[in-house]
Amino acid sequence: MEEGYLYYPGCTLKTKASDYEESAMAVMEALGKPLVEMDDWYCCGAVQSLTEDDIMHQIAPIRTMCCAQEQGEKEVVTLCDMCYNVLKQANERMKEKPDDLETMNEFLTEDPDYLGEVDVHHIFEILRDMKDEIKKKVKKPITDLKIAPYYGCMLLRPDHVAIDDTEDPHIMEGLLEAIGAEVIHNPKRTECCGSYHTVNRSDIVEKRVEDIVSRAVKDGADAIALSCPLCQFNLDFHQRNTEYDIPVFYLTELIALAMGIEVGMEKHKIDPKSLLKDKKILE
Amino acid sequence: MKVDRSKKAMDFLDKVEELSGESVNACIRCGTCSAGCPFVEDMDVLPERIFKRIVLGDKEGILEKNTMWICAACFTCSVRCPRDIDIAKIMEAVRQIVLRHNIDMVDVDDVENMKELPQLAVVGCFRKETG
Repeated sequence: MEEGYLYYPGCTLKTKASDYEESAMAVMEALGKPLVEMDDWYCCGAVQSLTEDDIMHQIAPIRTMCCAQEQGEKEVVTLCDMCYNVLKQANERMKEKPDDLETMNEFLTEDPDYLGEVDVHHIFEILRDMKDEIKKKVKKPITDLKIAPYYGCMLLRPDHVAIDDTEDPHIMEGLLEAIGAEVIHNPKRTECCGSYHTVNRSDIVEKRVEDIVSRAVKDGADAIALSCPLCQFNLDFHQRNTEYDIPVFYLTELIALAMGIEVGMEKHKIDPKSLLKDKKILE
Repeated sequence: MKVDRSKKAMDFLDKVEELSGESVNACIRCGTCSAGCPFVEDMDVLPERIFKRIVLGDKEGILEKNTMWICAACFTCSVRCPRDIDIAKIMEAVRQIVLRHNIDMVDVDDVENMKELPQLAVVGCFRKETG
């Protein structure tokens, strides 16, 4: 897509994570590479089916690949980490296993067949490659904010879909430095937040959140930055039973603020605005 | 633990390997998976002990443990295993052996805060814990 990137939203970006979509779209618009939503798309299924015989749960992600192909595009960009992981793993499986692709095409009613030529990217890969442009657009560097990046699982594992080093990633650190933030190194930044256990085993998630947030606070962080809507919910919502209450930002919200773009931040459980006012980032 | 070499027990090992595409026998019990797992404190049995039980044919003993349900497929063990075993796929295979007998591990009526939860959490949980 010459004028921007074909964008796959997934189920949560239009609702619970609308703050993320709004800020990411505004940032990409300001960078001259707008996110253009796909004409049609399907829910990815949120988690990847890992059994060898399960082709059925690859259907929805590959239908989305067919939608991109139908639009004549070779790249799809996601904001959600779980969408990225599921679409990428399903798509790579079709590229690496011709028999699975043949089975898939025999089942799909889409015409023509999926050719396996679409690539899936996460927004952080795009932002990483536009770091110099971001620096040029910074109007209000967020110099007084100490931010602990949090990667979680789905951008880094399994390693064949990782967007950065699985044990020592730096994409977010680079982007935070580009907008003037002070980066707080958190050794827990690649550990799982508890994921979908938030539905029926919130006790497990609370322990994970306590572990991750306590380390960030101990090392001096004012806030956490991330990109996964499920990690954001868990780290934000489940601090309520801990002694901590630091805001959990989508990284694109911070980039937008540094560029002087107004963002809503309406869905946060822990209000980020008082911190931003204290630091004179918001009026 | 008694070693069970009956056909039924060995069928379980074969089924796990067939579904996962991974070799359980390749495990050397180094414990790297358990050392890095962020969920071990909630598991009845450590991941590498599950491997040993699969090899020994202890199907019933495995299925009564909670290890595979506590695993959230974060792939930390998979990327660190020195034998290149994709352990998350083996946990998924054991989950699937249960779920394919029409046994669900979560009921929609038991979920609190349904309106509060982000959609991807609900979709993910029901994909991993229902058949």
